[in-house]
Amino acid sequence: MAARAIWKGNLKLGTTKVPVKLYSAIEDKTVRFHILDSGRKRVKQHMIEPETGEDVPEPEIRKGYEVEPGRFVILEESDLESLKPKASRDIEVSSFVPLEAIEQQYYERPYYLGPDGDEKNYFALAEALGNQEREGIAHWTMRNKIYTGALGAQDGYLVLSTLRNAEEVVSAAQLPKPGGTPPSKKEIELAKHLVGMLEGEFDPAEYKNEYRERVMEFIAKKAKGHAPRLSAVKTKRKTTSLDSALAKSIESLKKGKRAA
Amino acid sequence: MRPFWSGTITFGLVSVPVNLYPATRTNRAPLRMIGPEGEPLSRRYYSEKTGKDLEADDMIRGYEIDKGKFVTVTDEELERLAPDKTRDINLTLFVKEESIPPVYFERGYFLSPAGNSEKAYKLLAEAMKERGNVGIATFVMRGKEYPVAIFSDNGILRAETMRFPDEIRSVKQVGLPEKAKTNSTTVRKFETLIKKKAKRTFTPDKDEETAQLLKLVKKKEASKSNVIQLKESDTSDGKVVDLMEVLKRTLAGKAK
Repeated sequence: MAARAIWKGNLKLGTTKVPVKLYSAIEDKTVRFHILDSGRKRVKQHMIEPETGEDVPEPEIRKGYEVEPGRFVILEESDLESLKPKASRDIEVSSFVPLEAIEQQYYERPYYLGPDGDEKNYFALAEALGNQEREGIAHWTMRNKIYTGALGAQDGYLVLSTLRNAEEVVSAAQLPKPGGTPPSKKEIELAKHLVGMLEGEFDPAEYKNEYRERVMEFIAKKAKGHAPRLSAVKTKRKTTSLDSALAKSIESLKKGKRAA
Repeated sequence: MRPFWSGTITFGLVSVPVNLYPATRTNRAPLRMIGPEGEPLSRRYYSEKTGKDLEADDMIRGYEIDKGKFVTVTDEELERLAPDKTRDINLTLFVKEESIPPVYFERGYFLSPAGNSEKAYKLLAEAMKERGNVGIATFVMRGKEYPVAIFSDNGILRAETMRFPDEIRSVKQVGLPEKAKTNSTTVRKFETLIKKKAKRTFTPDKDEETAQLLKLVKKKEASKSNVIQLKESDTSDGKVVDLMEVLKRTLAGKAK
């Protein structure tokens, strides 16, 4: 059941090197479909000249960057090669920041790091990171891409999460607040009260992908030759005034709590 | 830019119709495929058997149950399979932001009020801000179900889709070795190193890859032989709209 390592590298902190293996922490369970033609065969893709509809075979295709609408700069294979970062197995850790220092929006994809022959240093580093309550800022190249990541400790093990760069993230601080009538103090109090009544603990066990299950069940039934009937969905929405909706919600939650 | 999704956030009996837009920019310097005559190319699907290009109506989605054997599923069937309660974002639970381990978060989206929902929108944003929590729900978007956390951020509602717990591997599932006993001197050595390189804040990196690409493009543009200039009538329809502009417009109430 053990996963296979995606990559091997060396954490570099100053002059100390800790060899590690990288594993995906995510197991994508998305239901994957293929695109089929009317004969139920998988379709193929090709590139065409939009005007003539003529197929253009791969060797004749070039890549271009559109600097202005209708103006392309062609990049040759050699150009694209020159852009590839130098290959290296080093994961440079340049600094350590407090746990809350990196905003949530910057975290992209988590990986587990496992020891690769040096358990002594691996577990000592994980413990040290945990004690210091910090994350290391790491840089490395993998599969011809440059990565920035956060090196953290989790239950005595090391985790490495890739981080988005500055241009990728739009922060709410850069955006204007929506216009329109602001709510009254009374309405805010009611809303706070309502939100307060719905407060609770985050329990991951509560969340299962029911949709995925239903899709797979449907597919299984269809595979057996049964054609399950699916009812059309009607979304009815009662339009109530905001104030009435707030008051009614609180009332019904109170009733629910009394009955419980 | 059309909204990624449109729907309603509900808390209690309060409804807030919203439009959803990405909060992240991906692939800031896309490359186009260009043909030998200098024309931008288009991608088409075709049938291997007939060799003919296919239109949307000629194609269907299939799940492979056995090699080469498929069960078809239409858009309508997928739509009908979405449970009623996940059609919208129904906030039935509010939790403290710190209680959600960051590993759950996948991608962020900004929500803008749709219709006349500005007041209800601001109400939710203000209430969550003052109580210091985030709303949790599950919903179906574009054929996928997600747990989602709604944040109140600078007066704006931000949705962060999450991963399902069964998609997050445990240390055991990955097969990491049992923890080894640590040597206190070694631990202290690392702690000293960490303290030495401690910084108070995090500054996100610039996108070096795109910067390098654009630098090279500029250099190459200086030589005419590297440039393809389409005639007025042939200008590509690849309008590049910046996400920031779209978000600013939609939040200011000027949709589309």
